[in-house]
Amino acid sequence: MPAEPAALPLPEIDGAAVAAPRGWRLPLFPIGAIAIFLIVAIVAPFLGLPDPHEQSLRSRFKPPVWEEGGTWAHALGTDRLGRDLLSRIVWGSRISLAAGVLTVLLASAFGAAVGLTAGYYGGRVDAVLMRITDATMSFPVILLALILAVTAGPSFTNVVVAIAVILWARYARVIRGQVLTLMQLDFVAQARIAGAGAWRIITRHLLPNTLGTLLVLVTLQIGYVIIVEASLSFLGAGIPPPTPAWGSMIAEGRDFVTSAWWVSLFPGMAILIVVLAFNLLGDWLRDTFDPKLRQL
Amino acid sequence: MPPPVVDVRDLRTHIVTRWGTVKAVDGVSFALAEGETLGLVGESGSGKSMTCLSLVRLVPRPAARILGGQVMLDGDDLLARSEREMQAIRGRQIAMILQDPMSSLNPVFSIGMQMREPVALYHRLRGRALTARAAELLAAVRIPSPRERLCAFPHQLSGGMRQRVVGAMAIAAPPRLLIADEPTTSLDLTIQSQYLGLLRELQRQHRFALIFVTHNLGIVARMCDRVAVMYAGRIVEMGPVRRLFTRPAHPYTRALLDSIPRLGARRERLTAIEGQPPDLSRLPAGCAFAPRCPSVMERCRVEAPPETVVEAGHVTRCWLETPTSGGAPA
Repeated sequence: MPAEPAALPLPEIDGAAVAAPRGWRLPLFPIGAIAIFLIVAIVAPFLGLPDPHEQSLRSRFKPPVWEEGGTWAHALGTDRLGRDLLSRIVWGSRISLAAGVLTVLLASAFGAAVGLTAGYYGGRVDAVLMRITDATMSFPVILLALILAVTAGPSFTNVVVAIAVILWARYARVIRGQVLTLMQLDFVAQARIAGAGAWRIITRHLLPNTLGTLLVLVTLQIGYVIIVEASLSFLGAGIPPPTPAWGSMIAEGRDFVTSAWWVSLFPGMAILIVVLAFNLLGDWLRDTFDPKLRQL
Repeated sequence: MPPPVVDVRDLRTHIVTRWGTVKAVDGVSFALAEGETLGLVGESGSGKSMTCLSLVRLVPRPAARILGGQVMLDGDDLLARSEREMQAIRGRQIAMILQDPMSSLNPVFSIGMQMREPVALYHRLRGRALTARAAELLAAVRIPSPRERLCAFPHQLSGGMRQRVVGAMAIAAPPRLLIADEPTTSLDLTIQSQYLGLLRELQRQHRFALIFVTHNLGIVARMCDRVAVMYAGRIVEMGPVRRLFTRPAHPYTRALLDSIPRLGARRERLTAIEGQPPDLSRLPAGCAFAPRCPSVMERCRVEAPPETVVEAGHVTRCWLETPTSGGAPA
C-alpha cells in the first residue's frame, strides 16, 4: 500500500461536503463527446454524407480538406478504394457503440445474475460458480474471438458473443463480493424474518444495492469493449470487411501510413476519443456514487 | 390458565464447525402465554440468539442445524412445517426486531416503499389504502408526521427513529409472537427508555407474546414477567422476575445479579464472574458452569444436573437445589 492516507483525506472530504449541495459538477467533455457520437451514429443516414461503401478509384487517397489537394467533398479524405473516410467513421461509430453497449449489457446481466446467486446461496453453489468465474477470467478474450472467427466466421454477433462470454466473469466477481457484504447487514435478515423468499430478497434487497456498482462497471467497460472490438476487427476476426469498423479501417491504412497517414489516424482518433470519454465518465460515476470502488 | 401461544420443548440446535460440534441450543424448553414477556439473558455465546433464530427456523445453514424438539405456535409444530409454509408464518405470526437499527433498513428504498412491502403481503392492500395503513403503523410507533416520513430514506432518520420503523413493520400483521433481540443496545438511554415503553404499549394493544433478549438485567426487571437465564446453550434457571431477582437459585444467576453496578451500594468493587465463558465445542462432562462455580461439588463435574422445580413456576438446573443431592459445597 502506498503511504498516503494520513494527509490526504480531510481536505477532500471537506471539499466534497461543501461542493455537494451546489449540485454535481458534470463532466462536460465525456458527456458531450459521448452524446455527439451517439447522435451522429443514430442519424447517420440523414447527414447527407457520401455512401461509406461507394468506391471511386479516381479519388483514391484524397487528403483531408486542409491539406493540399483536399476537397470539402471528402472532409477527412478517402482511403485506398476512394471511400469517404468521414462517412466511414460515422457509420463505424454505429458498429463500435452498438458492440460496446450490447456486449456490456449482455455480460453485466449474466454476470450480475451469477454474482447474486453465488453470494446469496453461498456454500457449494458459491464455490462452483466462483471456480467457473475464475476459469473464465483466465481465458484471453482475443484468443476466444479468434477461435470463433475461424470456426463460425467473423460477424458482429460473434464479436459480441465472444467478448460477453469472457467479460461476465468480472461482473460476477464484483457483485458477489458486494452481496457477501450486504448479506451481513440486518436488513437482509429482517426481510427474511418478515417472510421474504430468495427471489424477493435478491431482487428487492440485494440487486438494488448493487446497481451503483453495476452502473460504474458498465460505463468503464464500454470503453474496454470498444477497444477489444477494434482489436478484433484490426486482426480480421471482428466485423467482416465491407462494413466500416474502426479497427479494420486502421488495419487497411496500415500499409500506407507514410504516404496517406489520414487513413489510419482518423479512425484511431475516433477510438481514442470515445474510449477516453467512457473511461472519464466511468471514473466520475465511481467517484460520485461509490468512492470505495477505487480498484475498479 | 390459557393455552400458551408458544411452547418450546427440548429444542436442540447444533453448529458443526471444523473444530467440533457446538451445542448452541441444548434442550431448551419454555412456554409463553398471550401478552406475556419472557426475558432471555446470558453472556454472549450462551445461545440466546440461536434460540430465537431456531424459533423462526432461520439458523445459518448449512453449519447450523435444528436437530430436535418442538416449537409449538398456537398448538402447531413449526419444525414440522415446510420452508414455504414457514415463509408465510414469518412476519405474519412471528416477527422479530434485530439489534442494529443502522443496518436494519434497506438504504436504497424510502421508508414508505419498505413499509408497504410487508403490509401488502400480510393484508392484501393496494394503492391508497396501503399507504394509509403504512402511515397508521408509523403513527402507532409514535413517529411524528408519518405521512411525510414515508417519503424519507433511512439515512435521514436517527437510530431511534429507524428502530421504531422496524418496530412498525414488526407489528404490521400483527404477530402472535414478537422476538426482540437486544433492540435497544445501540440506542442512547433516553431513547432506549422511550422505546421500551413503546414496546410495552404495543404489547398491551396487540396481546402478542414477547421474547426479550438482552444482557441488561435492569431492562429485564422493567420489561419482563419471567426470566430465563441461559448458560452454554441451556436454560439454567427460569422463573418470575421478582422471585428470580430476590431469591436466585442457581449460582450463575446469583453471580450475574452481583455483577450489576448499583447506585448507593456500599460495596466499592463489583463482583466479576471468574473465568471464561466455556468453549462450547469442548464442554465439561458435568454442569457447564462447574469450572467457574463458587459452590462447586464433586458431583457437578461428573453429572449434569437435571431440571428441578424450586417452587411452582421456578425451575433451575443445579445440584444444590436437587432434593437428592448430598454433601456440602467443596
